[in-house]
Amino acid sequence: MIGTEDKKIEQLTSFIKSVADKPHPDSYLIAVLHKAQELYGYLPREIMDVISEQMNIPTANIWGAATFYHYFNLNPPGRYTISICLGTACYVKGANDVLNAIKNHLEIDLGQTTEDGLFSLQPARCLGACGLAPVIMIEDKIHGDLTPKSVVELLEQYRKREK
Amino acid sequence: MVSENIITICDGTGCIQKGSDKLQAAFEKEIAAKGLGDTAKINLSGCLGMCDKGPVVVVNPGYTIYGNVAEDDVTEIVESHVINGNPIAKLAIQEDHLFNRFFRVFGDAKFFGKQMRIALRNCGIIDPENIDDYLSVRGYEALAKVLTNMSPQDVIDQVKKSGIRGRGGAGFPTGLKWQFTADQNSDEKYVICNADEGDPGAFMDRSAIEGDPHTILEGMALAGYAIGAKHGIIYIRAEYPLAIERLEKAIEAARASNLLGKNILGSDFYFDIEIRLGAGAFVCGEETALIRSIEGKRGMPRPRPPYPSVSGLFEKPTLINNVETWANIPVIILDSGDWFSTVGTEKSKGTKVFALAGKVVNTGLIEVPMGTTLRQIIYDIGGGVPDNKQIKAVQTGGPSGGCLPVEYLDTPVDYESLAEAGSIMGSGGMIVLDETSCMVDIAKFFLEFTQNESCGKCTPCREGTKRMYEILTRITEGKGQLGDIKKLERLGNMIKKASLCGLGQSAPNPVLSTIANFRQEYEEHINDKKCRAGVCVELLIYQVTDKCVGCGACKRVCPVNAISGAKKEQHSIDTDVCVKCGACMDTCKFDAIIRV
Repeated sequence: MIGTEDKKIEQLTSFIKSVADKPHPDSYLIAVLHKAQELYGYLPREIMDVISEQMNIPTANIWGAATFYHYFNLNPPGRYTISICLGTACYVKGANDVLNAIKNHLEIDLGQTTEDGLFSLQPARCLGACGLAPVIMIEDKIHGDLTPKSVVELLEQYRKREK
Repeated sequence: MVSENIITICDGTGCIQKGSDKLQAAFEKEIAAKGLGDTAKINLSGCLGMCDKGPVVVVNPGYTIYGNVAEDDVTEIVESHVINGNPIAKLAIQEDHLFNRFFRVFGDAKFFGKQMRIALRNCGIIDPENIDDYLSVRGYEALAKVLTNMSPQDVIDQVKKSGIRGRGGAGFPTGLKWQFTADQNSDEKYVICNADEGDPGAFMDRSAIEGDPHTILEGMALAGYAIGAKHGIIYIRAEYPLAIERLEKAIEAARASNLLGKNILGSDFYFDIEIRLGAGAFVCGEETALIRSIEGKRGMPRPRPPYPSVSGLFEKPTLINNVETWANIPVIILDSGDWFSTVGTEKSKGTKVFALAGKVVNTGLIEVPMGTTLRQIIYDIGGGVPDNKQIKAVQTGGPSGGCLPVEYLDTPVDYESLAEAGSIMGSGGMIVLDETSCMVDIAKFFLEFTQNESCGKCTPCREGTKRMYEILTRITEGKGQLGDIKKLERLGNMIKKASLCGLGQSAPNPVLSTIANFRQEYEEHINDKKCRAGVCVELLIYQVTDKCVGCGACKRVCPVNAISGAKKEQHSIDTDVCVKCGACMDTCKFDAIIRV
């Protein structure tokens, strides 16, 4: 359960207040959801209720927007989020093999988090680094020219770093 | 010693990944160590487009482009080129002679030879985070020109004369769009920049913004003046953090220099721009869906008319153009619409930016005059197909476009010719496919994308693309049935006719165009259960050839014990047991295992 009096709520509330006086304040809903995800890493149900009350928008509408856009997570992500690019350039250069290697190695599917909470796996449409295809992004770092073998080694490096 | 030395380091995502950030420090250190002081300057530039040769460094004077620069090369470059004026031939990218404004800065390289840079004219030349750099290349001069010498209608007339058409894909004449919005009487109007680049495999908009954000701001301000709007909004993907950051900096710098905000350049013109982030929905590239998204709602399209030029954002007249279109506007105003219309073909004026990727030697961002042929792009600029493979097709227009076979390589790139050939211009994705690409699989890939991105409003698109995807999946798994091709064609044509927006109307294109041009491959998959490209795993059979020495390595690695054979004798694979993982083939040191 997320406490309603924590610091993050304060930050979120002040962000909502900062847009409240602008023309068409409802139109900032997506921006508010971005802010909430930046703070919590995902969009907890309780937070949607908070946003609903403060912006005076029904939770159902917020839920509708949050589920419409792929960028918003409804479940807590792992320590590292792996975004695997499944854009065309990566696809023709073997992104699917890399994806399968990650799935097998971490024993998770797209949209899931490993049991130890270390990695979560997300598809990305195009990371815009087509010259380096196939690529994945972990945190803000792009790793390119991957093979099923090298990606497993890469993940192990991250795992070692945690230990 | 040469006095003014400028070392430009490419700071695009591709080069950063390959270590350009370390190069900056190395150059700074070397310049300090040699005591060059102010005579050598380091610039960070946006993406130069030569991503596969990264990190790329350009040294002026000499206009020499160095590719794959390592930290160890820095000392040599500084000593030989900067101090003694001798460019280092072995590190430079050497190619043919060429002509272009861009080359006067960057010199000779075949990669740039057939290119002409208008939209990307400053990308790679100026520091995108420094407004003075933009001003030094006639930045905001067009804005000053219209505020002092031109009426709003003059501006619209220039855009009309230029003949420029929307670069987002559909190719609607931009000048007309401006006129329609200008003709509306309203207390409030909006100008929107569509930077929701969702086409998988395309990064034109991102690089254009990262390399030259002020051009977009200037283009939008010019439109604001022309149509009578005070507010501009840039709708950009949240997945592009660097582009967003540079836009924010640019807007701030423009406000500080009185180029945005109140009384711009001393006139009574007010115009300001804010950034709104997308959240990963391909359909939001469609203008009515984009407007819904800016309003904070689910990004679903609505029927047109009314067009946004009449009733758009918050039901007010709204002018929406794509990033690349905006980047062209300042040039049209400065150099006149008449000049712009001399570039390109009769009906498609100017240039087009493409993100060239896939099975091609030089992947990256290119800009060519309309009318350049696909062959020139792929071979002269792209350097052809790597590994001596044969080119099979070119995919343009992303999930809304089609695959053109080799026979169409001499098609000139313009809106009409590409449409006639069975594809579309689209926003600028261009993927080269070779003999190892399976056309059925590619069609399936795009359908997987569109059925996932369909917003769900229109049943034909929501359900139809799913059914098409299922049929394609079973074909690639060897379970294709007679009549599947007909079903795909029927479904595809129905979805095209019965969908509201561009997503549904174009979603079947990748399937229909591959059926039209590569029908034989579909038939092979369905009738012979064969995939000639060796992509569809379920249709492959692994075999051991007589190169086998009987070492047993494959036998040990096989997860399902499908391989048998005595030591030092040729092994064999039981195809009924084999799960086609390919582990044996990867393990074999003697290339004795083949896939047929």
